[in-house]
Amino acid sequence: MNLGRVIGTVVATQKYEGLQGKKFLVVQPLDHALRSAGEPIVAVDTVRAGPGELIYFVNSREAALALDPFFVPVDAAIVGIVDDIAAEAAPLTAGVFIGEPIGGGGAR
Amino acid sequence: MKLCRVLGPVVATAKHKSYAGRKLLAVQPLDEHGASMGSSFLAVDDVQAGPGDVVLVMQEGNGVRQLLQMGSQVPIRSLIVGIVDRVTVSA
Repeated sequence: MNLGRVIGTVVATQKYEGLQGKKFLVVQPLDHALRSAGEPIVAVDTVRAGPGELIYFVNSREAALALDPFFVPVDAAIVGIVDDIAAEAAPLTAGVFIGEPIGGGGAR
Repeated sequence: MKLCRVLGPVVATAKHKSYAGRKLLAVQPLDEHGASMGSSFLAVDDVQAGPGDVVLVMQEGNGVRQLLQMGSQVPIRSLIVGIVDRVTVSA
């Protein structure tokens, strides 16, 4: 699953009948430091996410499984609204990697 | 599976029911030397991993469903399945 920011909505009246009544949102994928992590996508909303909200979404078949009935053509679904995320990325536990690179490989 | 470092928890109250009662962690993929590689993502924790731990993350829904035994309608794709003690590479 990935973090994302809701940046827009998509309205489509002509669509596969299983998608009737579903809300589609434009999502900008983000990493843990809220930096852009890929191209914006369209995801079906299952948790009443609003514009600007920080959310997380799931891809591929698991996205369809977030819906009921789940045999519908979606490959991205918003499945949570994030209240809080750890601000500081915890450093790597020492001693796991024999011959660690210099600086222990902290997250960018 | 992927080698990842646990960055920290992600808290969400409004979420799909399959995520209820489960810890969600931000994880950073690592190469075989422990250096960060690619973008971080989120994984459900199933082995009580903590921040800074090196973990094994499985990213395949079918496997996740078999492990979590919560039926077929589980929209979870990344699951932490192990805490790594040692990685030794020859090259």
